Amino acid sequence: MMSLSETIWAVVKILIMVGFLFNVGGLLTWLDRRQSAMIQDRIGPNRAVIKVFGIEFRLGGLLHPLADGVKFFFKEDFIPPRGDKLLFAVAPILVMAPVLALIAVIPFGDKLCVDDLWRTTDTGSLLFPAVPRYGSCLIPVARGGIAAIDLQVASLNVGILYVFALAGQGIVGAALAGWSSDNKFSLLGALRAASQMVSYEVTIGMSLVGALMIYGSVRMGDMVRWQGDHAWGIFIQPLAFFMFFMAAVAESKRIPFDLPEAESELVSGYFTEYSGMKFGMFYFAEYMEVVTSSMLLVTIFLGGWQLPFLHRDGLTIDIGTWRALQLPMNHLTVTAIQVCTFFGKVLFLCWIQCFVRWSLPRFRYDQLMKLCWRILLPLSLANILVTGVVYLLLDHAGPVLGNTLQMIGDLTQAVVAIAITYFVLSIVIGLIRPTRRTSWVVGSTAKLAQRFGGTPRSPRMQA
Amino acid sequence: MEPLDTELEDGALELPSDPMHLNMGPAHPAMHGTVRIVLELSGETIVKADVQIGYLHRGFEKMCERGTWAQVFPYVDRLNYVSPMLNNVGYALAVEKLCGIQVPERCQWYRMALGELARISDHLTCDGAMAMELGAFTPFLWFLKAREMVWDILEEETGARLTHSFGRIGGMARPPTDAFAEMCHGALGAIINIVEEGEKMLLNNRIFVDRLENVGKISGADALSLGWTGPCLRASGVAYDIRKAHPYLKYDEVDFDVPVGKSGDTLDRFLVRLAEIRQSKRIIEQCLERMPKSGPVSVDNPWVVLPEKEAVYTTIEATIQHFKLIMEGAKVPAGEVYSYTEAGNGELGFYLISDGSGTPYRVRVRPPSFLSTAGLGGLITGRMISDVVPTFGSLNMIGGECDH
Repeated sequence: MMSLSETIWAVVKILIMVGFLFNVGGLLTWLDRRQSAMIQDRIGPNRAVIKVFGIEFRLGGLLHPLADGVKFFFKEDFIPPRGDKLLFAVAPILVMAPVLALIAVIPFGDKLCVDDLWRTTDTGSLLFPAVPRYGSCLIPVARGGIAAIDLQVASLNVGILYVFALAGQGIVGAALAGWSSDNKFSLLGALRAASQMVSYEVTIGMSLVGALMIYGSVRMGDMVRWQGDHAWGIFIQPLAFFMFFMAAVAESKRIPFDLPEAESELVSGYFTEYSGMKFGMFYFAEYMEVVTSSMLLVTIFLGGWQLPFLHRDGLTIDIGTWRALQLPMNHLTVTAIQVCTFFGKVLFLCWIQCFVRWSLPRFRYDQLMKLCWRILLPLSLANILVTGVVYLLLDHAGPVLGNTLQMIGDLTQAVVAIAITYFVLSIVIGLIRPTRRTSWVVGSTAKLAQRFGGTPRSPRMQA
Repeated sequence: MEPLDTELEDGALELPSDPMHLNMGPAHPAMHGTVRIVLELSGETIVKADVQIGYLHRGFEKMCERGTWAQVFPYVDRLNYVSPMLNNVGYALAVEKLCGIQVPERCQWYRMALGELARISDHLTCDGAMAMELGAFTPFLWFLKAREMVWDILEEETGARLTHSFGRIGGMARPPTDAFAEMCHGALGAIINIVEEGEKMLLNNRIFVDRLENVGKISGADALSLGWTGPCLRASGVAYDIRKAHPYLKYDEVDFDVPVGKSGDTLDRFLVRLAEIRQSKRIIEQCLERMPKSGPVSVDNPWVVLPEKEAVYTTIEATIQHFKLIMEGAKVPAGEVYSYTEAGNGELGFYLISDGSGTPYRVRVRPPSFLSTAGLGGLITGRMISDVVPTFGSLNMIGGECDH
């Protein structure tokens, strides 16, 4: 039986995760449009507008997802006359639901000691205590404190296996959608979707086995903690990272793996016949899959909520046995930073996935299968073997080697720290630096427009 | 004799599997130019492909027989609507051949320069659309950006971006603008930059190259027997370019190469078009250099060329001349002629018959993409559905000229 505070915390955690998923899913539709426009030298979304007291708000196209949502609800809900009405209606739900359920096991922060966030001293002033790096909270449950709260909706002991189980469910929805649509293009799309997702499911599983061996746990929280203490998964299992990344993109059915919905071949693939909010659910599920796959990647390979050298008790820079800096920080700050870090990393990976989407063409069906069964699967098996052998060897090595490895692990943390700093700095510089605009307009229409004053937004034209 | 009970043959234990029929088009995202392909599929593999054209049939040839010779120009604009200027020039040359007219030198250079600009826009569109249909949307829009530069120039010269109707019997509608050379020099460099950028994006990409390589392969002999011309034929290794083989205008005086492919697959057709963009740039630069700065762009022949507008309003002779040319049309001597030029997709031929009146007796067009589309069925049979898209794209079938 859950106590009241536990229930409240559970609701809060669900709200945070699902809220993030929905919002970022919507935001990604905007990002996809805006970013593609920047890549392709276009203006991008700027039409949706809200008028408040005569002032127009466009917010750089941010209102388009809103307009989309409104449109989805008001469009005719078309059902093919000879299609299977029940399955046709169930399919989008079956696609959407697993994506939502999947995020339950993803931790977005370390254990939270509610009592230790802040306390009031006897004199009434606020005190923000720091908690020890390992172990429980300052006030144990036995002395009346609240048990530490895992910042994840459900801390399942099967962890990653739950993810695999749910990720496989998306296939059912896609296959049903194609089957019930009574359309040959849909059917072909569904077949492609089913075979593609089943195949890449195998790679997803196999590529992670190596990582699981090293982490020694399938609990997501334990994996993240291991990465914080040693080194991020991307350094330990680089091959697995890229294979998992590829397979995750394939699972979300986006370019270059968008064969099930390849527009130029199958019109829209398995959701050709869908309209209105049912289409909206497919569309939205795709973006949410991008978010969830990013969350998984972050958790398993990019250190989850961890920032280099930032531990539960504060900032400690250790390189091997040499301690460069120790700066205790209070629990509230550390937790806030860590949660923000997690979501920041997820956004970064979403951005990369959108970038890939607009850079690559798509595979052909046989090439896709060849990539999966003939390249990725053998590679992941080899990865397991090599990981196992190395793990065994290291297990029998002396403490000197262990110290060296720890040293190397700390160095990777330093590398990550530098990389993050560089990345943040270049974003800041990129935002500050004035943009350089070039225009190529030579045409008569443009000249004519300019003669009449042009539009307020038209760039300076070359004659 | 066949056994009566065919059901109990070897196949009795297998699941019944009929090939699936799939209608691709005429309304399908990849079937630009409204063509319909009836596919018989075994899984994703195409067992039989039946390419059906005619969905964009507008009665072009019949339409031409009801106006004057000059009124055909707007129609030919709409043949290959991606490079209308080449059609304009091709038709003008055909009528001039029938009339025995040689246009002034300035006009010849001008026609070449405009035609090559149109060829660049044609190839950019084709290659870009191919990339887009494979999912690479970004290079497509880059190529369209480059095409926009070409169209800007053409708009400045002719007044229209797409359907120029700029050719005239015996010349062009207007002389080149003062800024023509400057605009070309400015745009060509930028276009080549964009093309290079797009090339970098696509040709360094394994996925893209794998999708095109060894797809839709055709040998030079087969391509010739199908009557292919243009980039599709040259991709199969046959260096036949009408501009070189049977030069018209001033093509024998300019220096350019004919790029050929090796294996005749879709990738070669893609590469040949990209190479031709560069050759077109060379030709335009030479044209601009050698085009006289002044002089007439139309022949001095009042029987075919319209008088100056100023004169029409002020002198009776010009008024009558204008009236006769507009109402009755230029009288083209009786006879028949076949004239052919190198258009964006290959040999664009016009077979004209005149009965000596101001109205064409017969305008027969030989569109290059009609013949290349004829080869499509053979190219995609035995391949996968996904291969239809790049193969069809690389043939650059333009509905307007195919369904003449």
